[in-house]
Amino acid sequence: MLKPVNILLVGVGGQGTILATRVLAKAAQDAGYDIKVSEIKGMAQRGGSVVTQVRLGQKVYSPLISEGGADVILAFEKMEARRWLPYLKTDGHIIVNDQAIHPVPVLTGAAEYPADCLEKVKAATPHAIVVDALNIALACGNPKAANVVLVGVLARRLPIPKETWQAALKARVPEKFIEVNLKAFEEGYSI
Amino acid sequence: MKELLSGNAAIARGAFEAGVTVAAGYPGTPSTEILENFAKYPDIYAQWSPNEKVALEVGAGAAIAGARVLVTMKHVGVNVAADPLFTLSYTGVNGGLILVSADDPGMHSSQNEQDNRYYALMNKIPCLEPADSQEAKDMVAVGLEISEQFDTPVMLRVTTRVSHSQSFVEINEPGPKTIRPYTKDPLKYVMVPANGRMRRVFLEERTAKLKEYSENCPLNFIEWADRSLGIITGGISYHYIKEVLPQASVLKLGLTNPLPANLIKQFAAGVEQVLVIEELEPFLEMQIRALGIEVKGKELIPSFGELSPVIIARALAGAGIKVADEFLPRESNSRVPVQETTPLPGRPPVMCPGCPHRGVFYTLKKQKLIVTGDIGCYTLGSASPLNAMDTCICMGASIGAALGMEKANPEMARRTVAVIGDSTFLHSGITGLLDVVYNGGTSSVLILDNRTTAMTGHQDNPATGQTLMGKPAPEVDLEALVKALGVHRVRTVDPMDLAAMDAAVKEEVAAPEPSVIIVKRPCALLKKSAAAEPVEVDREACINCGICLNLGCPAISRRENKAYVTAIQCNGCGLCIQVCKKGALKKRGEQHA
Repeated sequence: MLKPVNILLVGVGGQGTILATRVLAKAAQDAGYDIKVSEIKGMAQRGGSVVTQVRLGQKVYSPLISEGGADVILAFEKMEARRWLPYLKTDGHIIVNDQAIHPVPVLTGAAEYPADCLEKVKAATPHAIVVDALNIALACGNPKAANVVLVGVLARRLPIPKETWQAALKARVPEKFIEVNLKAFEEGYSI
Repeated sequence: MKELLSGNAAIARGAFEAGVTVAAGYPGTPSTEILENFAKYPDIYAQWSPNEKVALEVGAGAAIAGARVLVTMKHVGVNVAADPLFTLSYTGVNGGLILVSADDPGMHSSQNEQDNRYYALMNKIPCLEPADSQEAKDMVAVGLEISEQFDTPVMLRVTTRVSHSQSFVEINEPGPKTIRPYTKDPLKYVMVPANGRMRRVFLEERTAKLKEYSENCPLNFIEWADRSLGIITGGISYHYIKEVLPQASVLKLGLTNPLPANLIKQFAAGVEQVLVIEELEPFLEMQIRALGIEVKGKELIPSFGELSPVIIARALAGAGIKVADEFLPRESNSRVPVQETTPLPGRPPVMCPGCPHRGVFYTLKKQKLIVTGDIGCYTLGSASPLNAMDTCICMGASIGAALGMEKANPEMARRTVAVIGDSTFLHSGITGLLDVVYNGGTSSVLILDNRTTAMTGHQDNPATGQTLMGKPAPEVDLEALVKALGVHRVRTVDPMDLAAMDAAVKEEVAAPEPSVIIVKRPCALLKKSAAAEPVEVDREACINCGICLNLGCPAISRRENKAYVTAIQCNGCGLCIQVCKKGALKKRGEQHA
């Protein structure tokens, strides 16, 4: 039996991590996989870390991905990418949004935002892709679509047909944002 | 048709399909989404109650009247509902009643970590434990049947990982909604001592029948495999075992109270070694040992925190048990750094930009007051940089704690305030305040009225003017309510007006009688709270004193030795403008000084 593919989505509250997870889950479902999804939300409505885990395969038991068990990490923020690196498999892939969101300890000067997040990520795995998702999304017409740019980058690397992804987007994104999100997805998919 | 559902959404679906027509609860993570999902179905009734005790009492009435009933709460909510629960076990039901206890191993968003299976044991009621969304849905229907067949409330005990993880669920058409006829039966439903004594005997008879049922219940089943190792487990741990020990024989228990003694003995006799793997307390282990069966359990598996495949695998590998390779420690030549050399800054939860509670805690900190706190968003006032909270115990405890401090040391009365949210005050703060009045306390209570139950995601309550099902409702008049309890000093203040806040708190804390300040301003995340123009910094005027940073607002930071406001985050609440002594912060469009 094929082993499940383990995907970790990490970001900061408000970045659209949950929506991206739902698009991925829908695409995986329509592609015929068994799936388990786990949402680990912090206490904060805003500003806290958000981690979701998606496992897809022929048969999936546990909804949890172990340290060193993620085939792919999709990171919406670069310090979160670094924070979750220990979850990556030795030969795992990581897709990182080149964006920094400062947590409160950094804003108040109690801590410093590390300058070398991307370097650490690149040193950890030869399979790191850095994406300027915010600017790509801005060019598509809405900075909030950065999450879908990243979904696009992930999509081309998973065994799910492109049309299935597009249908999943249409099913999960509010009607008035579909056009800009399809554009953002396309941009990500071409990376 | 298969749908990917969270455990909570699956419970709601299960209740709908099984003909539940009345549901009640109080929001609390990880239980909240059950009622939110259930309320969307047609031809049912669902409500938020002011607290879990009332929710269960509403459920009891509906079940006695003949409806099938769902009552939901988080683990600590069952403590509040424990009083009616213990006696509902005696009266039994008419229509089936499921009580969902959503436990939170690991305390993702709770003040303690308690294993509510003990409540089932102590109440002598059946306990069902699903391992995934499909089981969560199925167990609602089975639980209702058990409830009706054995005349008992049934506990459906879920955990955070089951409530908040999604897996496939087979969706079926709803069955018929039947209301059982009600017959007056005071011997069964009026628990005066004489009747209670008779029902006490019934409890023992019922338990004996349930034990027999448990032996043949399809929710308890054996998966025979390698006979050298047998695992007894239940709930989410079952799925962890399937990955960590794919070859082991497993006895999976779905009905964990009362336990199937014979089935357990049969399983234990069929394997060389028995391990009990369960999250939190040794609930199964202790009872299995009491059957005279040699098992290992908590000597290997942690009795606190949330389990995971890795935790189980490492514990077992350490005891010489062979586990699946992928869970063994990683090779040292791994490219991925397993541990950071320098710790990264954390992302602690914070009050949102524009949060009305920020001004309150800024004021309390400034006045160096002792603050007895409560459960809700405002508990974040305890976090840095505000650090303005001394205690937080349980829902509603802030007011009683303040009275207790005052009774222990009368001097503390003039430097202590209790803070409590609107929903929490209505949940269980009213009686605390009544105690202050009755017993001659002089505490000052701040009701932080943000017009919603914000922490769990904006659920309605008796102060919001709307019900769970979206119907308009009478809005409780907090000021009149507080006065009716006997508090004479009552005033309402806008927390965005720092000068008014400061004056009100000073006056009320100084007053030698009970007082209430209703601090009223809607939650910044409510759709109706319109955001104002963002604040701008006059870099000439800013002297980099950092006072604005003390507000702990995520929109304010320091850049190039000056204050900096991130426009996209700022909601224009204007608090920072008020704390800046140099007039360096201005609303966009206004002239700088």
